[in-house]
Amino acid sequence: MKAVEVEHLFKSYSGKVAVHDLSFAVSSGEVLGLIGPNGAGKTTTIRMMMDIIQPDAGRVEIFGEVPSQATKGRLGYMPEERGLYKKLSVIETISYLASLKGMDPRTIESEADALLERTGMLANKKKRIEELSKGMSQIIQLIVTIVHDPELVILDEPFAGLDPVNTERVKQLLLDLRERGKAVILSTHQMNQVEAVCDRILMVNDGRSVLYGALDEIRAQHRGHAVLVESDAEIPQVAGVVERRTHKDHVELVLDAASTPQRTLEALVQAGVPIDRFEVATPSLHEIFLLKVGGDAHVD
Amino acid sequence: MSTRTGLILRHEFLHTIKKKGFIILTLAIPVVILLGIGIFKLASNVVMPSATVTRIGYVDHIGGFDPLYETAAIELIRMESEEAATEALTAGELDEYFVIPADYVATGTVARYTLDKELAPPLAVSAAIEGFLDSNLLASEVPPELIGRVLTPTSILTTTLTPEGAVAEDQGGFTNFIIPALFGALLAIALNVSANYVLQSLGEEKENRLMEILLSTVSPGQLLTGKLLGRGAAGLLQVLIWAVSIPLLLRLASATIGGLVSSIQLPPGLLVLGVVYFILGYLLFAVVSLAIAAICSTVREAQGLAPLFTLAAIAPFWFVSLLMFFPNSPIWVVFSIVPFSAPVLMMLRLGITGVPAWQLAASMAVLVASVLGGLWIATKLLRIYLLMYGKRPRIREIVRALRAG
Repeated sequence: MKAVEVEHLFKSYSGKVAVHDLSFAVSSGEVLGLIGPNGAGKTTTIRMMMDIIQPDAGRVEIFGEVPSQATKGRLGYMPEERGLYKKLSVIETISYLASLKGMDPRTIESEADALLERTGMLANKKKRIEELSKGMSQIIQLIVTIVHDPELVILDEPFAGLDPVNTERVKQLLLDLRERGKAVILSTHQMNQVEAVCDRILMVNDGRSVLYGALDEIRAQHRGHAVLVESDAEIPQVAGVVERRTHKDHVELVLDAASTPQRTLEALVQAGVPIDRFEVATPSLHEIFLLKVGGDAHVD
Repeated sequence: MSTRTGLILRHEFLHTIKKKGFIILTLAIPVVILLGIGIFKLASNVVMPSATVTRIGYVDHIGGFDPLYETAAIELIRMESEEAATEALTAGELDEYFVIPADYVATGTVARYTLDKELAPPLAVSAAIEGFLDSNLLASEVPPELIGRVLTPTSILTTTLTPEGAVAEDQGGFTNFIIPALFGALLAIALNVSANYVLQSLGEEKENRLMEILLSTVSPGQLLTGKLLGRGAAGLLQVLIWAVSIPLLLRLASATIGGLVSSIQLPPGLLVLGVVYFILGYLLFAVVSLAIAAICSTVREAQGLAPLFTLAAIAPFWFVSLLMFFPNSPIWVVFSIVPFSAPVLMMLRLGITGVPAWQLAASMAVLVASVLGGLWIATKLLRIYLLMYGKRPRIREIVRALRAG
């Protein structure tokens, strides 16, 4: 049984299509990257999974059931809009929200302490939320999301505003969730993080699915006809190269349709070029994103 | 009640009763009354003079005016002339004096002289001079034993009977208005404060962007119910503390101050009705507050709209003098049934007059129906607007949204 199954989902607001015929699934022990430009329909899709709003058409199943109060206890959700009880302490906030999730009150504090320690926040346990920095509040929000050990975790921009240390902590937490067999949906604009932690991606634009599948396969599909060459010597023009792009430490040679990377390598060797690195160019997710969504994109 | 609703209820209740403002307001009323009793007692001992005799001189230009009866506190002394009276006054032999002019019978005016600067003659002095003059004017016309009856105002003792002819338990009277008026005032305060707590609670969660986390965990109905009951329980606790402490304090005041206070009685059933009207009134104002908080983006914006409804709770006090004299006027009957003014207005009317059972039943029925209707509207608005921020929707848009469901 999949953790999440979405089929032919539709949602409109006042005639404007927010989600159009979206279908995807997420398995336990997997991280799905949900990416897309602003206004693409990611948050609307998440809210339909969370039973906060109802779809106009289509089917959503969480662990084989229609989203309801019963399924909410098995989910952890960290929305993009950050918000906690400013006047409550860290432990009071975690305890209250964890109890609403159905967690046994006797275990809340110990579980919370473990996560606080893991994220370096234990010393702030008794501080009020308003006394914490933005980044610290965000870590607490993440703890609130996972303290009850949910089977499905949905995170919307969990890395936004975090320093490198906390970014790494959050990344390790995500990987740990996956290792423990949780299903994770990660919605973010930070493509480098998607590449680092996600197994599959779903790219949406204007409410529609643009790309869907394993990250490696998608990158392979979009692999351009180009090679990356690093050399101390000047790289001469060789046959079959239609364009040269000079980067900081290497040159990118775009090949014509008839050429192959093998032939280009042979040509360079014959030309006596000492080669330090030769690699078939694979586009980054950032580049694929820009290619697919074009001018609508806002990417970090 | 679901566990989640119970958890929200508990959280809201504890969060409210721990607020400084709640504690201060709850304790302030009884403490102020207690302080009032203490200060009155202290002031009485300082202000009230020990029993001394006031010596009042008089100069009689008509002739024949004599003190016909004595009082313990005032001594009337005939003086031969105004000069002699002034000399005696300045020498401290008199406390004051008055002159009966030759034309007193025609004008009714006497001239009074004193060394004290005062707003008005002391009541005891005025009564003594008036009694002296009246008794002398009547002496030649009325037998002595009747003079006292003519001078003493008639005391009318009223007894209220039941329709069956028995003596009614609740005898009414001005002093019996004090308790309901006090209850009414406290009810108005409690309703406004409790509704504001509910509004603040939801408004803050919306403003702090907590809504999405909460709605991913609980349903709008559970959230609304938990808040209503939790904050309501805190408000009820406040009202009960007042309801228990104030009668005790009034008993203490009776023993200490006496007078008017000692004749105050707690009308039977008033406490029960007070609690019932608090619960119904609170639920009504609270669901309206929730609906307002749902459509507003900030607490401040919501608090700006709330008085449109909560002022109705206070409005009866603006007309209390008219209410006292015409408590059964049709306009008051109507507004005792109109939901927003009903709780407080009915409490005031209960202290002034007997309210027919049908009016009590009608006002409660309308309140219950209003609460249920308000709850339906508030739940719908919560579902639609809880995650919306920015410009507040217009009434047209709200109505359209409610119709669309």
